[in-house]
Amino acid sequence: MTKIRKLLDVLTAPMLAITFSLIVTALILAAFGANIFEVFSKMYDYGTSTRSLTLITNTATTYYLSAVAVAIGFKMNIFNIGVNGQYRLAAMTAGAVAGWISMPGPLAAVVAILVAMFIGALWAGVAAWLKVARGISEVISTIMLNFIAIGIISYVIVQTNIGTEVKVNVRGTPKIQEGARLAGYALIDPKVKIYGFFFIAIAVGIIYWVVLNRTRFGYDLRASGLSPSAATASGVNSKRMTIYAMLASGAIAGLVGLPDLLGKEFSYTLNFPANYGFTGIAIALLGRNNPIGIAFGALLWAFLDVSSQILDLEGVPREIVTIMQGVIVLSVVVAYELVRRNRVKTQQQNVGKALAGAHANVSTSSEGSK
Amino acid sequence: MLKGVKLASVMAAAALVLSACGGSDESATASAAPSGAASGVKVGLAYDVGGKGDGSFNDAAYAGLQRAESELGVEIKEVEAGADETDASREERLRLLATEGYNPVIAVGFMYSAAVGTVAAEFPDTTFAIVDSVVEGANVGSLIFAAEQGSYLTGVIAATASKSGKIGFIGGMEIPLIKAFEAGYIQGAKSVNPDIVVESKYMGPAGDNTAWNVPDKAKAATAAMIDKGVDIAYAAAGGSGLGMFQAIQAAGGPEKGLWAIGVDSDQYTVPSLADVKDVILTSMLKRVDVAVFEVIKGVVNGAPLVGVQNFDLSRDGVGYATSNPAVNDFKAAADAAAETIKSGAVKVAAE
Repeated sequence: MTKIRKLLDVLTAPMLAITFSLIVTALILAAFGANIFEVFSKMYDYGTSTRSLTLITNTATTYYLSAVAVAIGFKMNIFNIGVNGQYRLAAMTAGAVAGWISMPGPLAAVVAILVAMFIGALWAGVAAWLKVARGISEVISTIMLNFIAIGIISYVIVQTNIGTEVKVNVRGTPKIQEGARLAGYALIDPKVKIYGFFFIAIAVGIIYWVVLNRTRFGYDLRASGLSPSAATASGVNSKRMTIYAMLASGAIAGLVGLPDLLGKEFSYTLNFPANYGFTGIAIALLGRNNPIGIAFGALLWAFLDVSSQILDLEGVPREIVTIMQGVIVLSVVVAYELVRRNRVKTQQQNVGKALAGAHANVSTSSEGSK
Repeated sequence: MLKGVKLASVMAAAALVLSACGGSDESATASAAPSGAASGVKVGLAYDVGGKGDGSFNDAAYAGLQRAESELGVEIKEVEAGADETDASREERLRLLATEGYNPVIAVGFMYSAAVGTVAAEFPDTTFAIVDSVVEGANVGSLIFAAEQGSYLTGVIAATASKSGKIGFIGGMEIPLIKAFEAGYIQGAKSVNPDIVVESKYMGPAGDNTAWNVPDKAKAATAAMIDKGVDIAYAAAGGSGLGMFQAIQAAGGPEKGLWAIGVDSDQYTVPSLADVKDVILTSMLKRVDVAVFEVIKGVVNGAPLVGVQNFDLSRDGVGYATSNPAVNDFKAAADAAAETIKSGAVKVAAE
């Protein structure tokens, strides 16, 4: 009984938010004179073709990694807005290393992954150091570091020999050799492959869950995030935890560009997608920093992004999907707050009832909550 | 925790709004096909980031599309690009057009390079075209422009019109494509006045996509140039160019002997720039419209335009605009310069 209740508790908020955003989107579509039912059904039909499903899986892989990177920070009450800078710098370096250095294929892929995690952690580490040693808010420093990262990347690719002209007018790191690519497997659609990184993302999700819930480190992290003073009182070094959390967040952020880099693009060019970090923030919020929740959030986001392609051909502005995503983010926060208040209220009522009844057992009704 | 979540949600929402701004707000998607498309040819065109209504490069493509619609009776379909997307989504956009029977499929902008290469190989019977890039393939037309030649002419005009002997250049992203504009402009200006001083400023380093859309930054940069004595400025900076026009206008414009030179489209006639048109002496025309029209015409006539197509001065692929009568004073100089380039007497370097 309590299990079902708990599950309902978890699902109510996102479901409310998504329903609400569907209604808002439908109203906007109606205001533009579009056929609501047709728009949604076209999106559904196109979005569920095997080709689209593969693309959704690949896109969600990237979103998932980005959201986990953000979620690690959230757990510790740190807001890593620097995922954008971290993954771009990491992907550029990994692309350069894998493109320039000749190594047996699979080894080069492993090296590329390690390099990316190292660079991501390093870049996030700068913000962590600034926060711990100088008291600078990571919100400010990570945003600034994003700009510095862009500058470094353009310098390296445009001004140094690390960048080459991959195509006319497009400069980037040299193409990664065949063996080092993780192009993936054609599992659903015969023509498009599911990124090899899909499986790595699943592994990242599992590790995230285990570390957070089954280790001393995870416990300290959550405790520091919930109440720094209480954590310090019980012997947790909160400065050290800040650094660890930021490094871990940065290391995962370093992976964000790799599904595309090793699976499809094979070269970090100046056109490399630049905003996965912000998408990650939205999805981490939607998924409530929970590895399973984030997975659903990432899939939903990817579905919307991929299936929106059909809208242009149907004569509906594709921006409608951006509106929908924005409404989901805002309403999910509101919905969580409403559900939380409701839960507190029910708990208080239960406690009240229990206290009123002479035989009641108080302890069972006040189950722990966040 | 909750406080963090609230802050985070505001940031996330802001990020979404911001990234939405990167796309186009114009509802530029579906154009109803004219009834009775005479030729039976369906043209699919995918815009670059910025989309229709940018008053520049995408609008030039649209002009070509419109001309083909009215003169050749083709059916047209336009699709927009998102601000931040992968090659996979660009590919998917082109693939959708090809699957739906659109032929030719025209991609505007070098961002589509990889996508055109992949999708063109999947649809050998469809003609593809890409603007500003070279893509291999028997069914791909690569439409490139000798922007340095057109910029040479604007450089000649700028140097002839300048009284101070100092002219300015506002570039968008610092990439070879835009540097070619700068190089041609400087070479043209020096052909008139070897001692001319050219102040150049780029709005962002390579890879910084915001460089195309920071009119405020361009405005400040132009104002600083004017302080240094620059009286003619030329912008090849997409949407940022608006800032240069505003700065020149704010500083007194033509009455003070200050002029601006636009780019890509004839910006003197662009409706969204009507407020600042008085300061636009001329524009370097990159005739994306001519190229788009020729591609469509090729398909209609059964002789698709494939391979590298260099749209230079001799092909009317670049040039300068004459819609502002004020440019008449400089026409003789510019036309003479154009002849020397066409005849091969002058070679314009792209870097």
